[in-house]
Amino acid sequence: MSRIGTIARRSFLLGSAAVAGGVVFGWWTYTTPYPNPLEADLPPGTAALTPYVLIDATGVTVITPRAEMGQGIHSTLAALVAEEMDLPWDQVRTAHGPASNAYYNAVIMEEGLPFPATETGWLAETLRSATHIPTKFLGFQITGGSSSVPDGFEKMRLAGAAARAALVTAAANRLGLDPTTLRTEGGAVIAPDGTRLPYTDLAADAASVRLPDRPALKPKANWTLLGTSLPRTDMVAKSTGTETFTIDIRLPGMLYASVRTNPGIGGAMTGFDASAAETMPGVTRIVPVENGVAVIATNTWTAMQALDAITFDWAPAPYPATTAEMQAALAAAFTPDMQDSRQRDDGDVDAALSGDVFEAEYTVPYLAHATMEPMGAAALLKDGRLTVWAGHQLPTMILTEATRLTGLPPEAVEVHTLPMGGGFGRRAETDFIRQVITIAQAIEGTPVLLTWSREQDMAHDGYRPMAMARVRATVAEGMVQAMDLSLAATSVVESQVGRLGWSMPGPDGTIVQAAWDQPYAFPNYRVTGYRPPVMAPVGSWRSVGASQNAFFQDSAIDELSYLAATDPLLFRLRQMTHLPSIKVLEAVAEMSDWGSTPAGRARGVAFCLSFGVPAAQVIEVAQTPGGIRLTNAWAAVDVGTALDPRNIEAQVSGAMVYGLSAAIRGEITFEAGAAQQLNFWDYEPLRLREVPPIAVRVLENGEKIRGIGEPGTPPAAPALANAIFALTGQRIRTLPMNKVVTFA
Amino acid sequence: MPFTLTVNGESRTLDLPGDMPLLWALRDGLDLTGTKYGCGVAACGACTVHVDGAAARSCQVTLADAAGTRVTTIEGLGTPDALHAVQQAWIAGQVAQCGYCQSGQIMQAAALLSATPLPTDDEIDEAMSGNLCRCGTYPRIRAAIRDAARRLQEA
Repeated sequence: MSRIGTIARRSFLLGSAAVAGGVVFGWWTYTTPYPNPLEADLPPGTAALTPYVLIDATGVTVITPRAEMGQGIHSTLAALVAEEMDLPWDQVRTAHGPASNAYYNAVIMEEGLPFPATETGWLAETLRSATHIPTKFLGFQITGGSSSVPDGFEKMRLAGAAARAALVTAAANRLGLDPTTLRTEGGAVIAPDGTRLPYTDLAADAASVRLPDRPALKPKANWTLLGTSLPRTDMVAKSTGTETFTIDIRLPGMLYASVRTNPGIGGAMTGFDASAAETMPGVTRIVPVENGVAVIATNTWTAMQALDAITFDWAPAPYPATTAEMQAALAAAFTPDMQDSRQRDDGDVDAALSGDVFEAEYTVPYLAHATMEPMGAAALLKDGRLTVWAGHQLPTMILTEATRLTGLPPEAVEVHTLPMGGGFGRRAETDFIRQVITIAQAIEGTPVLLTWSREQDMAHDGYRPMAMARVRATVAEGMVQAMDLSLAATSVVESQVGRLGWSMPGPDGTIVQAAWDQPYAFPNYRVTGYRPPVMAPVGSWRSVGASQNAFFQDSAIDELSYLAATDPLLFRLRQMTHLPSIKVLEAVAEMSDWGSTPAGRARGVAFCLSFGVPAAQVIEVAQTPGGIRLTNAWAAVDVGTALDPRNIEAQVSGAMVYGLSAAIRGEITFEAGAAQQLNFWDYEPLRLREVPPIAVRVLENGEKIRGIGEPGTPPAAPALANAIFALTGQRIRTLPMNKVVTFA
Repeated sequence: MPFTLTVNGESRTLDLPGDMPLLWALRDGLDLTGTKYGCGVAACGACTVHVDGAAARSCQVTLADAAGTRVTTIEGLGTPDALHAVQQAWIAGQVAQCGYCQSGQIMQAAALLSATPLPTDDEIDEAMSGNLCRCGTYPRIRAAIRDAARRLQEA
């Protein structure tokens, strides 16, 4: 039973749910309503008018239908609703809610598309016993691309405002007063004589109130929650070991499973011998899954031990066997027939590239996501119904895979989205979901929890692509005169949609992401993307194409600043055209007191605009007897409107550490088609002693509100490379850096 | 052969293989899921518990070796209604992001402060560098440990 169902059946007031507005149209057919997914779980005779706010006798639950993978999105989405409802923060509860296209992410596909306010009236007419929307529309409930805040900023406030309006109307009706004489405060409607009607008492009445089509939103000046740093709703649970991650699911009679699949990712299993494993005490079943085998046992450890006792015959990987072969294919991609896009071509680059032309080549390796919680999911197939529990960034995609694998109709599938022990894009993949469904089918009637070993996780990722850049440029009078940036990477989108059985829809913007659109006024400026065939599977890795392109372009700009004998920060500022971007660079200059570096230390600056967020970072390094040490770091970002400054700071700081881990040590290599790095000893993220103090400033000069999960990552690698050049004169054009530099 | 140990102050007997890591005995045998699996090779610290008062990677302690010891897990350190000072500091400092590693971080920090009530920055760095955090919460972990040390001094 879903948590919503539990809430509903336990305690709904008079069998009635309350209310909130919601603008939940699809951009493709915005006049067609989605069913309210909460309806399916309500007891008979009840109604849930909108998908975002649920009120019962115990309080208000805000449905926050985006993946909580550490970025604090449940708290921020709930605060948007609570602000409009005048709900005290300590009364707010959150729940992810069911997988449904009602929780469609508008911004991920069509950033900035306005919601037609006149369409909110559909809600009252479309209350029906709803489950899931047609399969062809599945997959749009997605968390990624730093889109949750821009997507939810108006939607969630409208939901709160509509709920408040309905509660006020209900109170007015009960008291026989004009609603305009009532106010809301502390989770209650207050009458002029001081009579206080808590929302929980009004829920039943409010359920029958017609919602306003377009409730008025509070002006920003009246915000009391938004714009402040709120304690996260998940912080106590995450500090006491009481948060339930997927790996913590425990169900009556549950068995435990683990899998091993072809180390050549996507290659077939041609045979296996499990005779030794079958007789191990605690082993219940051995089940073939896609390209491998699952062991089902009475505990996870036994399942993992049994996998070690199985011998496998693997077909070759469906891609080149070695990193060297992949690098050669990448280097051969800079040809007209592999040109994928040219989204920027200012001036006359070819004509401008004469005289002393700077030429450089940069490369970055494959990277694993390496979330702290390995991939896993639980499932139960029983009585013609499938339930899946998983931390996932595309819960509606689980519905798609479930119906495809089981033949069940979507309404027979229930998806519970759990808090994630890290996502970073990895939990947008469905490999582990398909496996757990296959396992559940094999032991129908018994719940099972699948947990990957760290080694399975590290070696079976959709990696950040290996990528390469070739730069040709000229400088004159302290400025860039020409910049010709050629970028080659295997396509994340082609690889991802290929795994879903779809074909590539067109050029892949991630190959040139955060490169073609940088706010520089170079008079001759060309950015070209090249797309070799997909090799090892690649996926969305925190900040996606920006993760490599910021290293490429900003490193080159830094090199050019030295050629132009101009201060690197000033060099960037001089040709920057976008005021919020200028302001973040000025901010890190001020924060770091740029230009007055302490003796024995050196600094590098980097800038990248990604996901609409200009981000600048300064990193300070020092040479120590043990090697180079990071001594300080400063970051400034512009999010337009900062809903929760402390949480934004955490995201920027954490994203920077994620980028630095990759820059310093991150690398996945292949031999015989298999990833060579298997655990944290050979794919080792930064440790506490290696991370410097990080100061973050959050600016609000941008014109639109922006999300912040990703933009802190891209500038980290170039800022460090530029700092190391300033310290040692050694220019690092290939990552990871520890191949050529020793770090303390 | 059943093994008996004290877990969070209670005597518990487990009929599981003696070579099973304590991590899995706690998680799958006792359903104490606050202790996390991260790597299985003592490289990440997510499984850190206290064995007879000292921080230990429970993925490297067998159930047989744990027999007869006193084991404290995150559930035994404090609860939402009765927080340990380290947990109070973690909440006040809003340390966690995804939160998966934080049980291990908190157990490691509690062991550090138990042995070294006023650690230097270098001692914090040394004690905490076996615990990985992919969200990069390290700066807040440092600050929270200093805060917890103050809270414990004042207690």
